[in-house]
Amino acid sequence: MRILIPLLAVVVLIAIGTVGGGGARYLFFVVLPYAGLAIFVLGIVYRVIHWARSPVPFRIPTSCGQQKSLPWIRSNNQENPHNMLGVIWRMILEVLFFRSLFRNTTTEIRQGPPRVLHNPDKWLWASSLLFHWSLLIILVRHFKYFVEPVPNWIIGLQNLDGFFQIGLPVLLLTDIVVVGALSYLVLRRLWEAKLRYISLPADYFALFLLLGITGSGIYLRYFDKSDITLAKQLGTGLLSFAPVVPEGLGATFGVHLFLVSILLAYIPLSKLVHMAGVFMSPTRNMVNNNRWERHVNPWDYPVTVHTYEEYEDEFRDVMKAAELPVEKD
Amino acid sequence: MSEKLKKPQELAQVEFKPAPQGWMDPTVEFRKGTWNYAAVPETLEYLDLPYPRKWQPTDDDWQLPDGWEQIILTGMRERLKKYRSFQVFMDCCVRCGACADKCHYFIGSGDPKNMPVLRAELLRSVYRNDFTTAGKILGSIAGGRKLTVGVLKEWFYYFYQCTECRRCSVFCPYGIDTAEITMMARELMNLVGLSIEWICTPLSNCFRTGNHLGIQPHGFKDSIEFAVDELEEITGIRVDAPINKKGAEILFIAPSADYFASPHYFTLLGYLALFHEIGLDYTWSSYASEGGNFGLFHSTEMIKRLNAKMYAEAKRLGVKWILGGECGHMWRVIHQYMNTLNGPADFLETPRSPITGTTFDHASSTKMVHITEFTADLIRNNKLNLDPSRNDHWRTTFHDSCNPARAMGLLEEPRYIIKSVCNNFFEMPENTIREQTFCCGSGAGLGTDENMEMRMRGGMPRANAVQFVHDEHDVNLLLCICAIDKATLSPLMEYWVPEVEVGGIHEMVGNALIMKGEKERDVDLRGQDLSGKTHADESPAGGSQEEVAANA
Repeated sequence: MRILIPLLAVVVLIAIGTVGGGGARYLFFVVLPYAGLAIFVLGIVYRVIHWARSPVPFRIPTSCGQQKSLPWIRSNNQENPHNMLGVIWRMILEVLFFRSLFRNTTTEIRQGPPRVLHNPDKWLWASSLLFHWSLLIILVRHFKYFVEPVPNWIIGLQNLDGFFQIGLPVLLLTDIVVVGALSYLVLRRLWEAKLRYISLPADYFALFLLLGITGSGIYLRYFDKSDITLAKQLGTGLLSFAPVVPEGLGATFGVHLFLVSILLAYIPLSKLVHMAGVFMSPTRNMVNNNRWERHVNPWDYPVTVHTYEEYEDEFRDVMKAAELPVEKD
Repeated sequence: MSEKLKKPQELAQVEFKPAPQGWMDPTVEFRKGTWNYAAVPETLEYLDLPYPRKWQPTDDDWQLPDGWEQIILTGMRERLKKYRSFQVFMDCCVRCGACADKCHYFIGSGDPKNMPVLRAELLRSVYRNDFTTAGKILGSIAGGRKLTVGVLKEWFYYFYQCTECRRCSVFCPYGIDTAEITMMARELMNLVGLSIEWICTPLSNCFRTGNHLGIQPHGFKDSIEFAVDELEEITGIRVDAPINKKGAEILFIAPSADYFASPHYFTLLGYLALFHEIGLDYTWSSYASEGGNFGLFHSTEMIKRLNAKMYAEAKRLGVKWILGGECGHMWRVIHQYMNTLNGPADFLETPRSPITGTTFDHASSTKMVHITEFTADLIRNNKLNLDPSRNDHWRTTFHDSCNPARAMGLLEEPRYIIKSVCNNFFEMPENTIREQTFCCGSGAGLGTDENMEMRMRGGMPRANAVQFVHDEHDVNLLLCICAIDKATLSPLMEYWVPEVEVGGIHEMVGNALIMKGEKERDVDLRGQDLSGKTHADESPAGGSQEEVAANA
């Protein structure tokens, strides 16, 4: 059920997109994309503000390297930042290269005399990195549908993407990579007992939705060979807030755009906000300078303590008998 | 140690059998050896904590107060607004599974709910159900679970199977820290009177007498004096160990186990020898006679209530700064919480070593220095006369304690000292040390006898790495800088790698330290014969872990 429900949900969405792309064209090509984008932008802004409104009462970075202490001990500003520069560097590595995931190991207990082995495992890191980077490049490539003239750097990026000049239209590497990486991410959830156990319908839904989007996009490019000029007409219209719905955009295009609209709206409502959340994580974005710079807790409040006076009042006799100094005789 | 415990070979046969139907229906079995006794009502009463009552986790009826669900959900709403960590960590987990096999309890038990991601989901499912739109509409399809007694029992079992070691947070691509989530869950359970004895008894003891074990001032003095006598027997030198001395330059605070438990005790002897030899003007305090702070395992408020004593006592005694002993969670509190909770300590001065003149600028606000930072500086400046060959009967390795490693980054200081005072030092495999170090399996208040099976399971990855260096390099001593480690690694070694003993770094310093006017040392600080410089088996000093437990 955890797999079937999200699969069905995506199938239904595809069906809606197919029907809608042929029928209610203005709704599906103009209203829903705008709505999706609006929910995306407002939703992310709301989320970030919502997070930011919860204060950070304590400075709790996870230190993954040597602290800054004595001058002759080399500190590790990247893994255990002692200034803002270190934090920025740490965040760059985390966001762009998934530093923490790079550490991943697979634990195995070998029997005989039992041995706990921690084998390096870069598969998750590699597939996630390839997926996210491909998605980013694909997204950037799509700008060509929104602007005229197309900036040279986007053309350059696309040429690089199609470096191997295979087929016509030229096969783009990111298209293969993104599907491959997504498939791996689905398969490991199905295959690995641990992952199968922890996966929720939402986890599969996000992956199926992304597969639907990339699948329909690939179909449009290589098989349907949709009229690019029509798509571009729609894109530039949308971007200039003077939308026109050109005749002749097919059902597959309707599916593609509808799923993208859904994805945009879904991001702020789901775990996909991790894209913004990673910047807000107190264990990663804080300087480990607790002992030389005081961190203030905005909601700090006084508490009941057991004062020295109360302590001495209770133990004065035994303290005196033990010749320990006391405040009051 | 419980006699019913399986043999190591059997325990290592870890089975991973996740229920095919998943985890959404709460199920929990309080199996003997894997949980901790409930807090006794007297301790909660002494600390003015809510709903004290007599109960045990194995009871069917936990005698929860009326409206307990609302109490917890209200508490959750408050904490989501007070802790960004909690709010963000509830929202942005993608369940990638990178943390799953990084937890020592999961590795050792195979229990799928011990995967950090799932431990967090136990709480997150309730969050989704009651605090997110999707959860309110879609319920269980969105991964939401209603807060029921079953869910609460699961929380109790699994959030007291997390040692807040933060290893999973090292591997998480978003830095989600299960320690943070466990701390929140425990706070929520406290609201309805659910906590464990091994946390609340030390808390109330510490609140009253200044230390976990409930040792009163005269008992404290006796313990220190006993150590002074013992050190005199070994070295021929009678050291001064002032207590509650006003006007001393430095206040020294160590975990109470150092003066009451073994093998901590040998580290205490090391401190005393060192301070005497460098002529340190310092004092102990009976009021602040505990470095540790079990508040960290209970609630932020309890951290603050207990930790307040350190600065208060430093002010009363008029010292210039504070030096802290070998303890792990104590140092998380000092490093990440103390200054925020009970600072600013503007009545103290930036710590400066009176021996070397080094200013500890990195502690210029908290005004508290870790003893390995202090001693490393002494050695670096050639202020100590050391004979490392007096540790030649030891072949050592070093266990990074979770908190100094992952909440400070105190990695090189202890290693520098060890290499200066021991000729034989061997690192464990790299995935088991430094920021990737494995917990002793008994931290965060879980080091009880009744929890022994879980402790041996959770400690297995650590013990196994020790086994490796024992096999490869004949290592016979596991060094650490944490009182909980010293208490719990000892039975762990006894169970998994009985050839290896446990010790502290300042025990090694004390052995190597050539004191002016000392007699020919024929024994080390454990009283073991040094004449042949061979490893003796007998350890004469008493005080086992069980005795400490009985005293706490």
